[in-house]
Amino acid sequence: MLNILFCIGLLLLATPAHAMHISEGILPLPWAALWFAVAVPFVAIGLHNLKVLAKDDLSWKPLVGLLAAVVFVISCMPIPVPTAGTCSHPCGTGMTAILVGPFISALIASVALLIQALFLAHGGLSTWGADIVSMGIAGSFAGYMVFKAFRTIGAGLAVSAFAAGLLSDWATYLTTSVELASGIRGDSPFLPLLGKIVIAFIPTQLPLGILEGAMTAGMVVLLYRKRPDLLMKMRVIKAEEMPA
Amino acid sequence: MKRFLVLAGILLSLLDVSIAYCSGNWSGVDESVVEKIAGEHGRHAIEPLINTDKGDLLLFVFLLAGVVGGFAAGYYWRMLMEGKGKRE
Repeated sequence: MLNILFCIGLLLLATPAHAMHISEGILPLPWAALWFAVAVPFVAIGLHNLKVLAKDDLSWKPLVGLLAAVVFVISCMPIPVPTAGTCSHPCGTGMTAILVGPFISALIASVALLIQALFLAHGGLSTWGADIVSMGIAGSFAGYMVFKAFRTIGAGLAVSAFAAGLLSDWATYLTTSVELASGIRGDSPFLPLLGKIVIAFIPTQLPLGILEGAMTAGMVVLLYRKRPDLLMKMRVIKAEEMPA
Repeated sequence: MKRFLVLAGILLSLLDVSIAYCSGNWSGVDESVVEKIAGEHGRHAIEPLINTDKGDLLLFVFLLAGVVGGFAAGYYWRMLMEGKGKRE
């Protein structure tokens, strides 16, 4: 019975996603080109890192494959936010950054964003660079650095992963706001427009960031229970944290 | 697993009820924030290169994406867990 309720609930939620991705044509060409130029080195380093790691250790391949599939699915999954009456999606890049590092996480996000822009009318090709910078780079680096900072001060795995997921989501939307404000402002002053966009995002992204934090913590804790050796190999946990 | 399903069922039921009673139009933030504010500044979204946003075609491609993505996630998850079995 519960399974049936769960499936019915999922079916009711199944609508095409429209969320943080900046649509085709929104950004002027020079700004779109600038964000491409920013994104390229990060994605290139991610590709290089993945090649090096996969050459030495085959267990990286299924993990990266799993994370790519998860990021692709959840970043096009619309979540209704009843407090705002709108929909948005989590990004998953905080989770991938914790597990495989921020550069490979940016690479994973770029692939997911390209497929979405090409086939799902979600984002755009001209705005691909800007979307990589916000979701792939800002989200990944924010998540990674927050996780490391929390671990450094002695926070537990779940708490650190929660904070990383939460702040990676908010960092993504803050960066989207910066990209949008700088691209569309024309003669308008930058900061008031940026503030207006950030404030417009808050009713949706505030609760969604909490959900993203919970998802990130859930995934990291699940892997800790099922494959703690992988987490140790990826330097997410130390040898003394391995379960007995 | 059973506890997760119970929790998910309760959460989804609450969500469905709140959706039914909420006055929002459930547009995405790209529409309600990004495109709205960009439009106010004279920037409008243009049709994507491959426009699947036509009738139910978009529902189909999203369903396909979910199936392929879900299959890939399950496949790789199983590979990871089988890796554990082989080690033990």
